Amino acid sequence: MVSDTADAEDRLLFAGARRHRARTRGASLLIALPALNEEASVASVVAEIRRTQPSADVLVIDDGSTDATAERAADAGAQVMRLPFNLGVGGAMRAGYRYALEAGYSHVVQVDADGQHDPEDIQRLLTTMSRADIAIGARFAGVGDYAMRGPRRWAMRTLSVILSRLTGVPVSDPTSGFRMIGPSALELFAFDFPEEYLGDTVEALVIAHRAGLTIEQVPVAMRQRTAGRPSQGALRSSAYLVRAVAAILLAVARRGPARREPPDASA
Amino acid sequence: MARLTVITLVIALAAFVLVFELLRRRKLREKYAALWIVVAGIVVLLSIFPSLLVRAAAVLGVAVPSNLLFLMSLLVLFAVSLQLSREVGTLEEQTRRLAEEVGALRLTVEREARWRAEAEAAAEGSTSDLAEPLPTRGEPE
Repeated sequence: MVSDTADAEDRLLFAGARRHRARTRGASLLIALPALNEEASVASVVAEIRRTQPSADVLVIDDGSTDATAERAADAGAQVMRLPFNLGVGGAMRAGYRYALEAGYSHVVQVDADGQHDPEDIQRLLTTMSRADIAIGARFAGVGDYAMRGPRRWAMRTLSVILSRLTGVPVSDPTSGFRMIGPSALELFAFDFPEEYLGDTVEALVIAHRAGLTIEQVPVAMRQRTAGRPSQGALRSSAYLVRAVAAILLAVARRGPARREPPDASA
Repeated sequence: MARLTVITLVIALAAFVLVFELLRRRKLREKYAALWIVVAGIVVLLSIFPSLLVRAAAVLGVAVPSNLLFLMSLLVLFAVSLQLSREVGTLEEQTRRLAEEVGALRLTVEREARWRAEAEAAAEGSTSDLAEPLPTRGEPE
């Protein structure tokens, strides 16, 4: 997939990124916030993150916003990658992972720009990085009072059971967008990261598991969103579940990541 | 019967000319043109010699010859649309990759511009011109 010439181009392309790291503190943790029209919350979220993780770099990936998300984020002191049009969370994160890899960061944590993740928990994800390649901040693992009701909760439960069985580790919040990855996962995700709907959360876990990476979940409390509202409704939840299961089935049926040594096909 | 032959012949020839014209104006890539020319050619042949269809149907054991025609058309259309879906998927993936690259490039360029501005401001502020010059990479001045 990546030829030598592409590598050479990348070196040129990302030379600036590496120079930026050299000029600043040479942070090893990149905090990536995919953001779409989050001008109301992004500045305060970035500020809070910089307060709690002063040694890390913050990258806001503006996923084709039509409002002032990019300006607010830059004013708050984040690096801002502006994508020319909307790619979805998966595409934005793949761009972020790629950037992180080329710039030489070792760990990347994805945090929602709407303020539902508590930056204090980043430290807790970091502590698992000595033994896990991927840490998922999970809502339903005992901490916090974030509750879902009705069909949506049902869909999540089903998904969680399937994924836990598949990966062999408890995954109680498979669609959590609060996750940290270490060096080997970064190497994988910078190139093999599904960008389709639900791919970034659900399918990514299957890919990682197949590549022999270890996944661990960390119970975290989630806040109510400061802006925006989650999708609800029986019809939507069913459609969601169907798409999620389809995503899992496809992920299982697909061949593993091509760029790595063939992992043990224990899935 | 003869009137029908004329009509189908006209249609087939029109399709043929259309494909050729699109190709001539570079609106159609050759890989698709080949397919459509073959299809148009077969239609021309069949409209001139309808007995070909009857005989082919008999060989394949299809009772009603027109059904063979419908089956073939369906298969061709199915194959074409599947191929096009595939191409669209490839194009979308390429577009996404480009968008990601553009995002990374823009970030880099904006940062370089900011450094330059900062360095220039610093150079103007100091009395000497000892400010470390920023490396430039063939920027238009």
